Amino acid sequence: MLKDRVAIAGIGQTEFAKGHPESELTLACRAIVAALDDAGIPAREVDGLSSFTMEPNREVEVARNIGTGDVTFFSQIGYGGGAGCGTVLHAAMAVATGQCRVAVAWRARKRADKASRMWAQSPRVLTDDFQWSRPWGLLRPVDEIAMIARRYFEEFGATREQLANVALAFRKHANNNPAAMMHGRPLTLEQYLEARWISEPLCLYDNCLETDGALAVVLVAADRAPDLPHRPVYVHAGAQGFSADNYHMMINYFGPDPLEGPSYAAARQLWRGADFGPADVKVAQIYDAFSPLIPLSLEGYGFCERGEGLAFTEGGALEAPNGRLPTNTGGGGMSEAYVHGFNLIVEGVRQLRGTSTNQVPDADTCFITSGEGVPTSALLLRN
Amino acid sequence: METEFLLPDPDNPLTQPFWAGCAAGELRLQRFAGAARMWWPPRVMDPDAHTTEHEWVPVSGRGTIYSYVVPHPPLLPAYEALGRYNVVLVSLDDDPRLRMVGNLVAADGDGGFVPVDAATIRIGEPVRVVFDAVEGVPLPRWVRA
Repeated sequence: MLKDRVAIAGIGQTEFAKGHPESELTLACRAIVAALDDAGIPAREVDGLSSFTMEPNREVEVARNIGTGDVTFFSQIGYGGGAGCGTVLHAAMAVATGQCRVAVAWRARKRADKASRMWAQSPRVLTDDFQWSRPWGLLRPVDEIAMIARRYFEEFGATREQLANVALAFRKHANNNPAAMMHGRPLTLEQYLEARWISEPLCLYDNCLETDGALAVVLVAADRAPDLPHRPVYVHAGAQGFSADNYHMMINYFGPDPLEGPSYAAARQLWRGADFGPADVKVAQIYDAFSPLIPLSLEGYGFCERGEGLAFTEGGALEAPNGRLPTNTGGGGMSEAYVHGFNLIVEGVRQLRGTSTNQVPDADTCFITSGEGVPTSALLLRN
Repeated sequence: METEFLLPDPDNPLTQPFWAGCAAGELRLQRFAGAARMWWPPRVMDPDAHTTEHEWVPVSGRGTIYSYVVPHPPLLPAYEALGRYNVVLVSLDDDPRLRMVGNLVAADGDGGFVPVDAATIRIGEPVRVVFDAVEGVPLPRWVRA
């Protein structure tokens, strides 16, 4: 068990933008160097690197450009947005077992360019699981999750007004976060309800942003962390997960219960490794490529029962500082930046340092997830 | 061959019998030797008995709507050219644990099919399979039963 044996000592990020002029490699290096500066650790000490299989920058390029020492641990996690917390988990496991001493996990992405839309680059002849969905015009991730959302509305009597709680809470947080792409852009329930459809029953504001940017975190052993500049944030527990009944990449339609995604498997492992439970979590960062992932994740990780996820969002529950479970306090993928969920990890660290722009009072535990609907991962941090 | 729609490979060794069934107007599901249940989508191995030996069983082709969506642009050009269409997830009567992605359509009176207005679709309504060739691939779609 990890149980606080490894700490996140540094965080770094670039600005978030559309049409950023710099390359993804430059963005990655800038974010990593910022995180190392934040941790007060020279790049030559870095000997562990962890990122996504979808990360465009290879470890050797990053190492060469930031000037690491010998790299003795490197790892890439698959399944798109499911990978984020897993990159930190792998880095933490490597530090805890002595495979490396200073590990960096990062994600750099230029997603704002329309040419980067994965779905638009599908091969014409399909050989993977998408051969059972895309020929009929279920083309994009938003279409795939809309299918789940429609069923959810029907099965549990939930409404679009309830789903709007997600987008509105995250936008409110972004409005207080100067780094957020949607800073200064308020959103009302009326605007939400009148927005154009992307894939019925999901509208524009149920979707994440398209962002160019990069973020990074630096991990060291817990015994070193108190000597570094910032309040240590410990990796209390981490988990990856999917079940044999889950299908990959969003089309989770073919198992016994399409409304039970990979988060259920990750949750069982996550809480098994933790000294506290969902009721003790003070602040949450939940992967939000699409708003329905919030209720599905709340259910999967045991914050409420199956079918209660949207009811959970009522009464400002997701809003900082005083909601029942302040969630995506930087604005999340929907209103801060969509960098494959890595900004959720960095914001989680900020909350436990006490430096969020939407600070939750006395936040001492933070729950973070990566993409639901794909083989996924999650973290519990504490200070 | 350059195609406009996204299509499966109907000559794939594992799935060829499925597509041959569709071409013959018959919906078939995979059943492993000695197994009581069928699987969809197909697998290479029975996850219980670990045999690879299997057959393709004709089924009723009847089901109910489990869920549906209406994708709006931007879409790939071939799909955008269809105009407003729906995508349905159908739970099969032969084993409701098995679901297939398709479209709810109606006969156009000229041997082809047109999308049903999504505003009229109800989750739980009964449907039956039809086959509609796209660039030579006989895609299963669904009409109201």
